[in-house]
Amino acid sequence: MPKSFIQTFLNNYISASLIATFALLLGVSIGSQSIPFSSIWETLLHHMFHTPTHVPATISQIIVSIRLPRVVLAFLVGAALALAGVAFQGLLKNVLADPYTIGVSSGAAVGAVIVFFFQLHLSFLGRFTLPIVSIMFALVTLLFVLLFARLAERNMAMETIVLIGIIMNAFFGSVISLMVAFSGEELRQVISWLMGSVAMRGWSYVSLFVPFFIIGSLGLFTHIRELNAFSFGERTAANIGVHVVRKKLWILLSASLLTGAAVAVSGTIGFVGLVIPHMTRLICGANHRKLLPLSFLYGGAFLALADVVARTIIAPRELPIGVITSLIGAPLFAMLLFKSLRRKTG
Amino acid sequence: MNMIDVKDVSYQYGEKQVLQRISFTVHEGEFFGILGPNGSGKTTLMKLLSRELSLQQGDIFVAGQHIEVYKPKEYAQLIATLPQHTDVSFGYTVKEMVELGRYPYQSTLFPKWTKEDEQVVSDSLYAVTLAHKQHVLLEQLSGGERQRAALARALVQQPRVLLLDEPTNHMDVAQQFKLLNLLKQSKLTVIAIFHDINIASLYCDRLLFLRDGKVVACGTPRQLLNESMIESVFDTCMKRHEHPVLPKPLVTFVPFLEQSIDDVLWHVTQHENMVVIETMKPFKVLSSALVGGGMRWATTFVNRHVSLDYRCDDAEQEMIEFLRQQGFDEQWTVGMMTAVDIRDVVFTSAYEPVRFFVAVTAGVGNAVDSANAWRRADAIASPGTINTFVFIDGHLSEAAFVQALMTVTEAKTKALYDKQVVDTQTHTIATGTSTDCTVIAASQQGTYYEYAGTITAIGKQLARFVYEATKTAIDRYNERKGENR
Repeated sequence: MPKSFIQTFLNNYISASLIATFALLLGVSIGSQSIPFSSIWETLLHHMFHTPTHVPATISQIIVSIRLPRVVLAFLVGAALALAGVAFQGLLKNVLADPYTIGVSSGAAVGAVIVFFFQLHLSFLGRFTLPIVSIMFALVTLLFVLLFARLAERNMAMETIVLIGIIMNAFFGSVISLMVAFSGEELRQVISWLMGSVAMRGWSYVSLFVPFFIIGSLGLFTHIRELNAFSFGERTAANIGVHVVRKKLWILLSASLLTGAAVAVSGTIGFVGLVIPHMTRLICGANHRKLLPLSFLYGGAFLALADVVARTIIAPRELPIGVITSLIGAPLFAMLLFKSLRRKTG
Repeated sequence: MNMIDVKDVSYQYGEKQVLQRISFTVHEGEFFGILGPNGSGKTTLMKLLSRELSLQQGDIFVAGQHIEVYKPKEYAQLIATLPQHTDVSFGYTVKEMVELGRYPYQSTLFPKWTKEDEQVVSDSLYAVTLAHKQHVLLEQLSGGERQRAALARALVQQPRVLLLDEPTNHMDVAQQFKLLNLLKQSKLTVIAIFHDINIASLYCDRLLFLRDGKVVACGTPRQLLNESMIESVFDTCMKRHEHPVLPKPLVTFVPFLEQSIDDVLWHVTQHENMVVIETMKPFKVLSSALVGGGMRWATTFVNRHVSLDYRCDDAEQEMIEFLRQQGFDEQWTVGMMTAVDIRDVVFTSAYEPVRFFVAVTAGVGNAVDSANAWRRADAIASPGTINTFVFIDGHLSEAAFVQALMTVTEAKTKALYDKQVVDTQTHTIATGTSTDCTVIAASQQGTYYEYAGTITAIGKQLARFVYEATKTAIDRYNERKGENR
């Protein structure tokens, strides 16, 4: 199949970086007060290199304290979810796997809600209590899903994992509803948070997220060859000398880290980890050497743009960002499931 | 050097004992085949060697060290595996898949792709003749090509041992031999599971027979491929024979054995210019005939009269044309020529110790004494003059075929001696003529004869009847010569 012009154009890092930059600038630019790109550049340069600026202080304030942290967080969360999706799909050899569809996001959300509900504050973790508890829940959920799937069916068919994801989502969803019901008014805002949002988070949330994001991304970017090996099955991976158990754990840990931390700061934003790797694979093929960095860039750009749509489409009110991603992701998910079932039945 | 030493290895899945105290050794550079019926433990053994399963009891030593000592990457540099099915991942090109095989040579944290890596990958792609397809997506390859791509990945591991689990599954005949030839040339130590006994015999230096998780035998194909061994391992009736070109034994399955119940086994028709003997069922034949000579199965036996001055550059082709014109299928026909008048053919038959039938045409114009033939200057082979057909309703071993041939020849020679037939050039008593032909045909049913030498029951009767028939035929020849004069 010859590649289309668009595929060729998108299949390099320069295009991807340009698109990512454009998405970031657009995210900062659009809002109740429109800000031209030039002002954004000026303000950024001013803050980094103290160059002179003509941008009014109020605008500068909006850019730096409100818009920028929101857009950066959206970008990082999008990148994190896309990377986690790539990792799950590579490891499980399952194009339907993403943090949301296999229930890991819901697990992390339960962890986050527990932190809110019990006002948890572990002193040795400080403000990192929230992401760390979320990550732990994400990891435990993931291990449970894998164990369950393997017990149910040795070869871990695609549909099995998806079914288990549905069970997980239903169960954790009711656990969260239960906690919200018990808590009365205080946790009402949790519901909108659960739908996923990067609104009103500020730099503190970005700084809460960044350490885990860096560790998780590094964890995956150092395992590109292993991810490629796992794509050919665990047996093949073992045959070419991959330390299967150890490397698998590393990859799962990294993906859980990214998922858990993302959920902790932005709630459950579904399908990013499904849509982006799928689209990117169409552009650059399955090799993780390219798939991983391009998914990173396109995932970030995607969520930054989704956020723009979420806050402009019914302005001045905002939609949860998860609504936008699900609107795009769910039909794609249905299509992929349909295709895999069709392939099976011939 | 011993590359692999398996010592007293047992393995069980739950309650089920799959391997029981298996021991064997594979030498460096050997092509080692593992055979056995389904459920004999072949695959489990292979999985232990590839470390997909860990040892339960016993020890395996690879290149002198215990199998569990090696780290995953070290082991992958030593042993590569070509699985029965190649898992194909969508969206990867052939080259990307093959590159994975360099994994054990790269450091974990800062992997570097060196010129050497690139060289090894391209060499392997050339070796499996996939270089031209290196940028093609895997899902666009045929099954055989995918298997070759998997082999290329195994080769770039630069292993010392290659493990193959039925490597030629899902391949057509040409692809199978291509792959196996490639492996044979690679000089690697190869351990392979085979389903096809004949392919194993052609390629393996040694074989291991497994049954019910135990070693039944281990040795060269020539040692192991005998009928009773195969029957005891595979529960199948097989016959052994020899490869037509290579010094390798082959086996053939015998799906069923029909008993002869027909009264009429052969049918003779005498024409103006030929005698045709047709058998009701195919007979196994050893002959020196012009068409269909050697070992083969046949239903039609033609002794054709040609004139004494018959000359043809390609007599065989001319004979085949002749047979076709007569409506015979040359694939099932044994055809020979004689200058003798076909009316003088002699038939005899007997029922003891088995039913057999002898037909002889004789002319002694070209009589030769083989002991003194070197003194003769001529080298022209004109149409055969003593043609002997022997049909036996019995089951002859290959050795018995050869012995029957000897017996018949000796009887013929004695007939010539007693008839005082003289080699006209050396003036000594002839042993035969320059282009004699003999056919030994057996129905391969009924009584089994391992030997058919001159002193065996069957040999005695054969010799007697051939001797008598040849003498009669010479008499008739001489009479007709007298008449013509």
